[in-house]
Amino acid sequence: MELRKTEMYSVQEMILEKKRKKKVNMEKIIPKLLFLTAAISVFTTIGIILTLIFETFIFFDRVSIVEFFTEAKWLPFASTPSFGIMPLIVGTLKITVIAAVVAVPVGLATAIFLSEYASEKTRRIIKPILEVLAGIPTIVYGFFALTFVTPVLRDLFPSLDMFNALSPGIVVGIMIMPMIASLSEDALVSVPKSIREGAYALGATKLETTIKVVLPAAISGIMASIVLALSRAIGETMIVSVAGGSTPNMSMDVTSSIQTMTAYIVQVSSGDAGYGTTIYYSIYAVGMTLFVFTLIMNLLAQFISRKFREEY
Amino acid sequence: MNMTLTREKESPAIGVENVGSAALTEKVYETSNLNLWYGENHALKNINLDMHQNEVTAIIGPSGCGKSTYIKTLNRMIELVPDVKTTGQIKYRNRNILDQSYKVEDLRTQVGMVFQKPNPFPKSIYENVVYGPKIHGIKNKKILDEIVEKSLKGAAIWDEVKDRLHENAYGLSGGQQQRLCLARCLAIEPDVILMDEPTSALDPISTLKIEELVQELKKDFSIIIVTHNMQQAARISDRTAFFLNGEVIEYSDTNTIFSNPNDKRTEDYITGRFG
Repeated sequence: MELRKTEMYSVQEMILEKKRKKKVNMEKIIPKLLFLTAAISVFTTIGIILTLIFETFIFFDRVSIVEFFTEAKWLPFASTPSFGIMPLIVGTLKITVIAAVVAVPVGLATAIFLSEYASEKTRRIIKPILEVLAGIPTIVYGFFALTFVTPVLRDLFPSLDMFNALSPGIVVGIMIMPMIASLSEDALVSVPKSIREGAYALGATKLETTIKVVLPAAISGIMASIVLALSRAIGETMIVSVAGGSTPNMSMDVTSSIQTMTAYIVQVSSGDAGYGTTIYYSIYAVGMTLFVFTLIMNLLAQFISRKFREEY
Repeated sequence: MNMTLTREKESPAIGVENVGSAALTEKVYETSNLNLWYGENHALKNINLDMHQNEVTAIIGPSGCGKSTYIKTLNRMIELVPDVKTTGQIKYRNRNILDQSYKVEDLRTQVGMVFQKPNPFPKSIYENVVYGPKIHGIKNKKILDEIVEKSLKGAAIWDEVKDRLHENAYGLSGGQQQRLCLARCLAIEPDVILMDEPTSALDPISTLKIEELVQELKKDFSIIIVTHNMQQAARISDRTAFFLNGEVIEYSDTNTIFSNPNDKRTEDYITGRFG
């Protein structure tokens, strides 16, 4: 202490001086600001859900909820309108199933190739291309479906309608494929090298190691990626609006015109119905149904990745 | 256990007998003029080593001396590292395994391996053990059940897990996982078992269990073990090779290495002057 007093200044005193001067406590304010920005997304979500719920209630005031789910016809513009959502759900599921048939095998195979077989050089070429594919605006995919895929398919199957489920279904599959490939690849890559070595050391070939050890070890991530991708397929709008047509129906035929939940919302909101009409409120009921579908899918994805998570 | 082993090692009569019998046993591995490079880095320099049947061969040396590299060459796991180049010969049962016409899967079916860190598959205990037999085409449920029991008993873990064979292997402790990995390796009845510092991630009690097992297993298998623990080498091995900077400095029976080393560097290392 004696020594310090003789000096010109004391570091401790300077620190204390600085602390006295400090008026605003940034350490306390910044976290609050950060919390507020994080809360914006929460409030937005709540706002959207409340709007959906309120307008949906108004719709169910005019149309019975039982009719909505049991009626097999969706004819909102008819002189005696009928609001049974089933045809729209069927249309949506047709697109989703076709998309899954295209995207799951291709996406999974791509993921396996990238994580297990591709050289660093090949991976550096393919991954950016996948990202470009994932970044293409969906309206571009829509016209790709209508003006390229549909004509090609019609050359192969002349009975195919101009608007159908097959073509947009395939293109939605192409759209969600990079998502499956990329998320599944992440899941495969995160399987530790030591586990692969354990298999190789038992005399397993590369294929045996991949199929029987790496793939099962990554299954939760893979399943989650598929469910998330299918959730995107359910909510996909532009492709089905452009190439799917606007004929809600219950048939399992994929060659004829359909309408999905999203495509119906686009049709109405682009000017076919005035504010306050039953048709106007119907888009909220359809939107609510769609929201419940995708919410369930997202929760399912979370559940799968938590429930089956492997602890390496 | 520890005490009796030490006494055995110190007894000259048994020591002599060991050397005598060792000279008569058949060779499993004959390494001649082995050189290995990681890119430009010359990691193994002119290695010449023979390993014998039903013996425990220990490889000791400080970190980075090439002991792990060498043991991984014996089942060609080293090929998983990109840019590795080898010259020379490693004969396993009189066939050069470095010859690319030697199918690596065939080699690894004969030569099992236990790794530094336990690496069970994220599957049930049962599935871990039957993985090897299954990929090699054994499908009979009854035989698989028998293999599981026999292998788990062989790895001295049967009593601990027999009531929870279908639970995930990750629920086991580190020491149990390592014995499960040993059982997984025993399940395909290999000829040689390579152990790459199998106890370095384990507590002393688990380590002791593995060491006891090694003694037990050498009746049926030939064991090559890399260890950074010199006492472990002294306790469990018949022969010891001392590696330094990618070279074999000294290789002889364990008693000689630890009681009367030929080379000054070996003596410095085992007396703890470096490494």
